[in-house]
Amino acid sequence: MLSITDLVIGFHTPRGTIHAVDGVSLSLDEGEVLGVVGESGCGKSVLALSVLGLLPQPPAFVAGGKILFRDQDLLKLPGDAWRRLRGNAIGMIFQEPMTALNPVFTVGNQLMEVFRVHRNLGRAEALRESVEMLAKVGVPAPERRVKEYPYQLSGGMRQRVMIAMALACNPDLLLADEPTTALDVSIQAQILELMIALKEDMGTAIMLITHDLGVVAEMTQRVAVMYTGRIMEEASTVTLFDNPLHPYTLGLMGAIPRADATFETEALTEIQGVVPGLGNLPPGCHFAPRCPRVMDVCRTEVPPLVAVAPDHRVACWAVTHG
Amino acid sequence: MGRYILKRLWHTVYVAVGISIISFFFIHLSGDPVMLMLPPDASHAEVEALREQLGFNDPLPVQYWRFASHAVRGDLGTSLYHRVPAIDLIFERLPASLELAGAAMLIALVVSIPLGIVSAVKRGSFWDVSSMLGALFGLSMPHFWLGIMMILLFSVHLGWLPTSGRGTLAHLIMPSLALGLSLMAMFARLTRSVMLEVLSQDYVRTARAKGLREQWVIGKHALKNALIPLVTVAGMQFGFLIGGTVIIETVFAWPGVGRLVVQAIFSRDYPLVQAAVLVLAVLFVLINLITDLVYLYLDPQISYLEAK
Ligand SMILES: Nc1ncnc2c1ncn2[C@@H]1O[C@H](COP(=O)(O)OP(=O)(O)OP(=O)(O)O)[C@@H](O)[C@H]1O
Ligand SMILES: [Mg+2]
Repeated sequence: MLSITDLVIGFHTPRGTIHAVDGVSLSLDEGEVLGVVGESGCGKSVLALSVLGLLPQPPAFVAGGKILFRDQDLLKLPGDAWRRLRGNAIGMIFQEPMTALNPVFTVGNQLMEVFRVHRNLGRAEALRESVEMLAKVGVPAPERRVKEYPYQLSGGMRQRVMIAMALACNPDLLLADEPTTALDVSIQAQILELMIALKEDMGTAIMLITHDLGVVAEMTQRVAVMYTGRIMEEASTVTLFDNPLHPYTLGLMGAIPRADATFETEALTEIQGVVPGLGNLPPGCHFAPRCPRVMDVCRTEVPPLVAVAPDHRVACWAVTHG
Repeated sequence: MGRYILKRLWHTVYVAVGISIISFFFIHLSGDPVMLMLPPDASHAEVEALREQLGFNDPLPVQYWRFASHAVRGDLGTSLYHRVPAIDLIFERLPASLELAGAAMLIALVVSIPLGIVSAVKRGSFWDVSSMLGALFGLSMPHFWLGIMMILLFSVHLGWLPTSGRGTLAHLIMPSLALGLSLMAMFARLTRSVMLEVLSQDYVRTARAKGLREQWVIGKHALKNALIPLVTVAGMQFGFLIGGTVIIETVFAWPGVGRLVVQAIFSRDYPLVQAAVLVLAVLFVLINLITDLVYLYLDPQISYLEAK
């Protein structure tokens, strides 16, 4: 349903051009949940935003590749046709619920817009649908909540409103960019359960971006591990946890001993060194400087993403030629 | 809401008392008008007699008390020069000043906000650069010079508009343009920078992610947020405009309060100056109140905090 091929997204920065997404290929089937994991700054949000066409251009630009959604190449679509997919066939939930809602309009006003723009509903009908949608995502007293402003809602409630917005038009694809990172641990579980329940109910495919391998294990069918704009390893979730191959993935795995620790806080103690800046990446494998199994070829040649099993791809010289 | 407005109106009283005390003492410290009111060859005895008659020999607090106790009954004294109640003179001139300031503000806002929005949206374009250069030009041009140039061109040369006076819409065009141009330039620059800031906010991205049309994203989601700082500045500027139209009123012989006050100051017409300062101060506070009410409407979080 969604198929991304060799996508390269660049940014013009004062210090030169960088590639935040560097040759990513990914696909999603109907109703599938794909996890995308990786450390901060590895290009996860940029990847999701590029599917919606929401990157600020400039500084962002598409340097190559294709994004096929239902057999249409989004990157070649006229702007207005792409716009009509947003919030309709493709929904998105953002990382930061506290700032993602407009502070000067009521929740109802902001939710109704989705119905009005994509389904051409009148005010009254749109309001009725909005109340219903809020009830569906577990917002208590939705008739009252629609009249409230974002500042009157807790973070968890706001994220529920965002989910209601993203799912209002029953999208085929939901891009969830770290939907729980900014929330309390207890609320995180509730939001994830809600997403699972809604997904089962509506059959939406989800690209779930996260730091948290625990969440991946629980929620996804397939996982892609990203590092500095590239996919290092991709496999079905079961396979990845049973048989992680890439040294970077192993590093991530080693970093989740405690259930309540997010990977970000722990990972750096497990993996040697720090993520290099996108401006000064090594020529071969980006992970080479930090890799325990580094070989000479790693420093000069980029390892291709190779299938080692039907549902398992790895980009690592040590795994494929070691 | 009603309680809030009442509270604010009550604050106006404090402001009025404070302003009247300060202005009263300053005006009286600058000397008295008796010498200007008498012929140059008047004797010392005549001068003293007039001082005594006008009460200028009493201690200042006594004089202030006399002024204040009349003022609360709506009597702000009689103009020494015009020999009619000061308040009548002011209210006779006030509509002209309000009209001029209002027209200048309106022109400034109507032109500058769309200009600033387009500049922000098309940042770095030819349009953006040229309108911001134009704004810089508008900001640095003195009012009086602009006024005179306009009179030369449109009245003297082309004969399209009357040179001076008040009455028809045609009379209003040049003075309000001359007065409003620098404001227009300022608002255009302000709108642009505020809009750039707002457009980079997360909620604008959310609005786009909903599939809203770009005009709608900008005209609704971005603009309402951008209006909050704009309204604050516009309210403040409007207060200054009313008192600060002196030069334009002079260039175009516009019969407003500004000119009245300046004349009153030169002729040491205490009661009139005192009354005008008081009326303008109250007006300033009222405009502030209106600004804050608009602000409450625009920013729901503020009204919530105020209500608590
Ligand atoms: N507007 C921008 N201008 C310049 N560079 C950008 C911009 N947005 C993103 N980038 C670059 O893209 C890289 C990837 O950013 P992205 O937000 O996708 O990371 P992420 O994986 O989502 O991280 P996080 O987990 O912190 O959300 C960043 O390192 C940054 O250098
Ligand atoms: Mg991100």
